[in-house]
Amino acid sequence: MTITHHPDIATLMCCSAGSQPEACAAVIASHLAVCPQCRAEARKMQKIGVALFDSLEPETVAVPPPVATMRAAEADTPEKSEPCVLSAGEIPQFLVSCVGPCLDRMSWDPVARGLWTHAIALSPGACGDLRLLKVEPGAAFPDHTHVGWELTLVLRGSYSDEFGTFLPGDVADLDEDTHHNPVACAQNGCICLMASEHKHPLFSGADRAK
Amino acid sequence: MLRVRDEGHARRSLAVKAPRTMADLLQRVAANGDVEAFKALFETYAPRVKSYMLRQGADPATAEELAQETLLAVWRKAALYSDEKGSATTWIFTIARNLRIDRLRKEVAWQPLPENNDERASEDPGPDEELSERERGERVRATLAELPPDQSEVVNLAFIEGLSHSEIAKRLGLPLGTVKSRMRLAYQKIRGALEDLR
Repeated sequence: MTITHHPDIATLMCCSAGSQPEACAAVIASHLAVCPQCRAEARKMQKIGVALFDSLEPETVAVPPPVATMRAAEADTPEKSEPCVLSAGEIPQFLVSCVGPCLDRMSWDPVARGLWTHAIALSPGACGDLRLLKVEPGAAFPDHTHVGWELTLVLRGSYSDEFGTFLPGDVADLDEDTHHNPVACAQNGCICLMASEHKHPLFSGADRAK
Repeated sequence: MLRVRDEGHARRSLAVKAPRTMADLLQRVAANGDVEAFKALFETYAPRVKSYMLRQGADPATAEELAQETLLAVWRKAALYSDEKGSATTWIFTIARNLRIDRLRKEVAWQPLPENNDERASEDPGPDEELSERERGERVRATLAELPPDQSEVVNLAFIEGLSHSEIAKRLGLPLGTVKSRMRLAYQKIRGALEDLR
């Protein structure tokens, strides 16, 4: 996988800080799973967090928990491995519990001609919107005037717009007021994971029909 | 790598000064469920985790609870730690950060704990690792201290107060583009300081 489009450094930094909204963090985590270059940056950014954490003024804390509490906590066995790789079905592993393991076997809700979606539930109260989009070969993405940030990761196929061609693993990290006209690849179409600050009105109907 | 249990009282120096000691303590917890080693980790880290939670907007009672809970997670998950995953402080900080996302923001923490990365091996070779890890930390701290105030401010708001770049822009009344470029400039300096070392 050759990745040419990476998220903005500021977006990566805020994700490393754990301060970006959940939908944005999900797309970045999915990109990190396939992008060694951004993983290396993220490791350096983590040192910023650690350095700042280390220089915080310590606060008085009560005594450690009693040994009995510690033993009781052990019953909660830790997860053996932390999820961090793409599953065989091209779906980031931590999304598998939401959408299943395979892009070919998941359910899609029709949005418009040549366009399907699968909404991914966020934590209650989380702002933003997270969903998979499937665009048929050669079709244009829906009308694109966004009123907030938008972060898109290609999972299969590709799309092209004013900024170039986006292949699997590539991320488009767009600010408010960016105008572009993405069109899915004429041979393979495009499936992508998209986070946005506000839900596009076009999806409201498809989500409701579920 | 394992140390004998009754080697003496756990040293109480700060993680900053003795990263090796902290990693050893963590490995003693993992290998033997060593309660004394855990207490030493608790004394070093719980006060910082509480401070971090307070700066992230937790009230004192919640911050205390989250500090206890973070260290309890350290006890529980110690077996998942290995020094290939970075310093003990990095690992414990990540647990605290993810717990903050879970509890204070009530969102899912998508960023996993530091994993075994094949890239790491070539990045930090062998026995020099402790020194270089410490030196790296010091370089980052020194660079952070020298940042111009406007860059330092955005970095602190993101990492310590937990604001996203859009929230920072709102808080400071600046265009998002300005906030992002300040963060990029700050990071370039940090990255430069780290690369210099190799």
